[in-house]
Amino acid sequence: MAGGLHKPGPHESAHLHVTGSAKYVADDPGPQGTLFVLPVPSPIARGRIISMDLRSALAVDGVHCVLTVDDIPGDNIWGPILHNEPLLADGVVHYMGQAIAIVVAETEHSARCGAQRVELEFEEQTPIIGIESAIAANAFHTDPHIIERGDLEAAFESASMVIDGVVETPAQDHFYLETQAALAIPEENGGYTIRSSTQHPTEIQKVVAAALGIGAHHVVCEVPRLGGGFGGKESQASPYAAYAALAAARTGRPCRSWLHRGQDMAWTGKRHPFRTDYEAAFDENGMILGVIARLYSDGGWSLDLSGPVLDRALFHVDSSYFIPAIRVEGRVCSTNIPSNTAFRGFGGPQGMFVMEEILNRAADAMGVDSTELRRRNFYGEAPRDTAPYGQVIEANRLPQLVPQLMEESNYAARKRAIEQFNQTQQHVKRGIGFQPVKFGISFTASLLNQAGALVHVYTDGTVQINHGGTEMGQGLHTKMIAVAADTLGVKLDAVRLMTTATDKVPNTSATAASSGSDLNGAAVQGACLTILERLRPIAAQLLGDEAASTSVTFRDGCAWLGHESGVPFAKVATAAWAQQISLSSTGYYATPGIGYDPSIGRGRPFFYYAFGGAISEVEVNGLTGEYRVRRVDILHDVGNPLAPSIDVGQVEGGFVQGMGWLTCEAVLYSPQGRLLTHGPSTYKIPAAGDTPLELNVSLLRDADNPLVIGGSKAVGEPPFMLAISVISALRDAIRTFGKPGSIVELGMPATPEAVLRAIEHQRIESTAGMDKRHG
Amino acid sequence: MASITVNEQLATIDVAGEKPLLWALREDLGLKGAKYGCGVGLCGACTVLVDGQAVRACVTPVSQAYDKTVTTIEGLDDELGRRLKNKWKALKVAQCGYCQTGQIMSAYHLLNQPEQASPEPIAQRLNNICRCGTYVRIHQAVSEVSAEMGARGLTDGQ
Repeated sequence: MAGGLHKPGPHESAHLHVTGSAKYVADDPGPQGTLFVLPVPSPIARGRIISMDLRSALAVDGVHCVLTVDDIPGDNIWGPILHNEPLLADGVVHYMGQAIAIVVAETEHSARCGAQRVELEFEEQTPIIGIESAIAANAFHTDPHIIERGDLEAAFESASMVIDGVVETPAQDHFYLETQAALAIPEENGGYTIRSSTQHPTEIQKVVAAALGIGAHHVVCEVPRLGGGFGGKESQASPYAAYAALAAARTGRPCRSWLHRGQDMAWTGKRHPFRTDYEAAFDENGMILGVIARLYSDGGWSLDLSGPVLDRALFHVDSSYFIPAIRVEGRVCSTNIPSNTAFRGFGGPQGMFVMEEILNRAADAMGVDSTELRRRNFYGEAPRDTAPYGQVIEANRLPQLVPQLMEESNYAARKRAIEQFNQTQQHVKRGIGFQPVKFGISFTASLLNQAGALVHVYTDGTVQINHGGTEMGQGLHTKMIAVAADTLGVKLDAVRLMTTATDKVPNTSATAASSGSDLNGAAVQGACLTILERLRPIAAQLLGDEAASTSVTFRDGCAWLGHESGVPFAKVATAAWAQQISLSSTGYYATPGIGYDPSIGRGRPFFYYAFGGAISEVEVNGLTGEYRVRRVDILHDVGNPLAPSIDVGQVEGGFVQGMGWLTCEAVLYSPQGRLLTHGPSTYKIPAAGDTPLELNVSLLRDADNPLVIGGSKAVGEPPFMLAISVISALRDAIRTFGKPGSIVELGMPATPEAVLRAIEHQRIESTAGMDKRHG
Repeated sequence: MASITVNEQLATIDVAGEKPLLWALREDLGLKGAKYGCGVGLCGACTVLVDGQAVRACVTPVSQAYDKTVTTIEGLDDELGRRLKNKWKALKVAQCGYCQTGQIMSAYHLLNQPEQASPEPIAQRLNNICRCGTYVRIHQAVSEVSAEMGARGLTDGQ
């Protein structure tokens, strides 16, 4: 099989994807006799349960049992960080859709009928919905986290321009095409096998073991692959696996849960919406002097992962710019909606967008080009090279990347062409926007930056690899196979990647924070190198020079001393076995030298940064607000890519998903806490027709990153934020409907109606301005 | 009992006629290539062909396929089907892969139409959703297969 590290090669599952034979947990009906498990959702967002009558539900044909909090043999409480979330409501409900009981039935239909017949009485309380309500009610999950530096008083006193305002970014549903799914199979002697569509098999193992009151060693979680995750299955797959396991423990039969789309959307958390109050000071050249920003995120009913999501937002308010004096402060609001959670970018997009919006508004107010304003304020040489939290921005690629992007996208000429186009058009205007990305790589909870692997070599020279990461479309497994094949010097098809499972690689971190290939790749490589160390003396014997074992190399399926003659890998493996040498090894990796102290807002939270840049061009219809993204050019830094084609795919897909967040996806809750947008009929994610008409993606060349395996960089999240360029392009077009100097007021998501509203605002501002002049 | 021809094999099934075709295929015939994505006929993950026409199997009663021929991804092995599958592999279109069987079925239907000149780009006429955002490659794959097949009237309107 052709391909390998840094080369174009096949995707490990491509032949399965295109024939319908790739297995997902949702496709697995379980062994014969598998029962279906369905939570009974709370119909109110906040209150006390006064009574619960299960008799009618139990009478439904096919219903085996209905389990409540009293039926949980172990711990009802779980939580990804804080241990404070009930699996089943214990007298109180905090959001609409919260699980109060679980119905276990022969079929999904019986389970649904049973769930509808559980009779509940509540004492209702007024729910807190939305960030403003939470602030008014002083309802917060966290105390303020503050990062500050410099003399803000002096910065604002010396400013030639100060702007202030509010920036709001919307929620976003993950809309992974495979909804939450889990299967629990009771094994002999009190063990359980859990198959889950999760990004975090170790957490599934822990939550299931705790809920059943058994040791973690009795639970194995297996993850074949995910039909999309995007952060939505980092913590929130856990309850559905626990429900299946609780039902399996009670009935002694295999049990599965699988949500309908509407249930999934209504019951699970989303990207955190943020509201930020800011003040920003600039000098006469447009240089940022100081920024004060108070960020509020909507955490929903529980903390979940909201703390680190907010931290990452605070770390990214600087975006790509040096801000000499700054104070950012963040708090997580407590509201009565499902707990908002991880989503690609993990707060980074929300934090970055604050600064990008400040720059866009400042550019409008100053009447300067926003691209030029961005470039002026970039991080540079010392002392303009240090982030507000004290980390030096090492190996900054933007000074190299941005000029190349400008040149390759023909930016200057196109900007002039757009200006000419706009002068000849009354109702249709074009705009162009630029977005740089600097994204910190590492879990911000430093201890999570560790990974393990288990590699077996067989005597025929074939290899099995296991690692702790999950495959959810990001191409991790393809990269890991390439790492193992490259390290051992064997062909790709000599390496088989085994299903992710907690009995092969234990105590893993979630596959998240873009870190999957950095961490697991180093662990896989480490395991392979350990085996090669054991094989070298054997190979040297076979090659006739025992003293030269340190010079043995492995490539092309053979062991070599020099270039003369090689001995096949299988022969070396067989000889090692015969000499009673182990052909199996674990590998382990922990990211060195990172850490952050939130009490002082200082540290090195990130191992390195990934960089990128995008230029987007749009055409806006001033009569309807409708628009098309005509062309996007992206230059992105993935170091020396482990799998270039897969990385380009991550950039393309991340950009489209980011566009969805900012342009068409609107999550709406009623004042009673009911999700109003619970399916594709009311919640629009980008479709083929929303994709830019032209999307050119290039990877930055000669960009080796010596810190990471193969010289590569993480790629999952950073491209998401390139989509902010579309908003800058829209603002550029909208601005031309008014007079220079008025600040465009464009709300997010920038749906056609939001764009039309912004255009109307521009027209009114223009008229008002003319009245003033003439008056 | 009713008969239904799926992937050129005659099958008899004993289910309620209003049962969605998707669930008859998945639960009664064991064909898991068509996926559940939304259940309301909008996402396209469940797309199959009934008498050559692409349908959303999650909102198509199985009775509408009685005495008709159904083609799912598992049985899509004529020249166009093979070309599409090979192109999908070559361009590494799929990321998580969950929606891609439906994408290929929709693309097959589009390219299998008789001459239908349309000013719309091919991408605009495929409305299956993909959360991984693989549209650029889907478009490229369909355009390239279209060109290879020499299908007239399928000019890319861009």
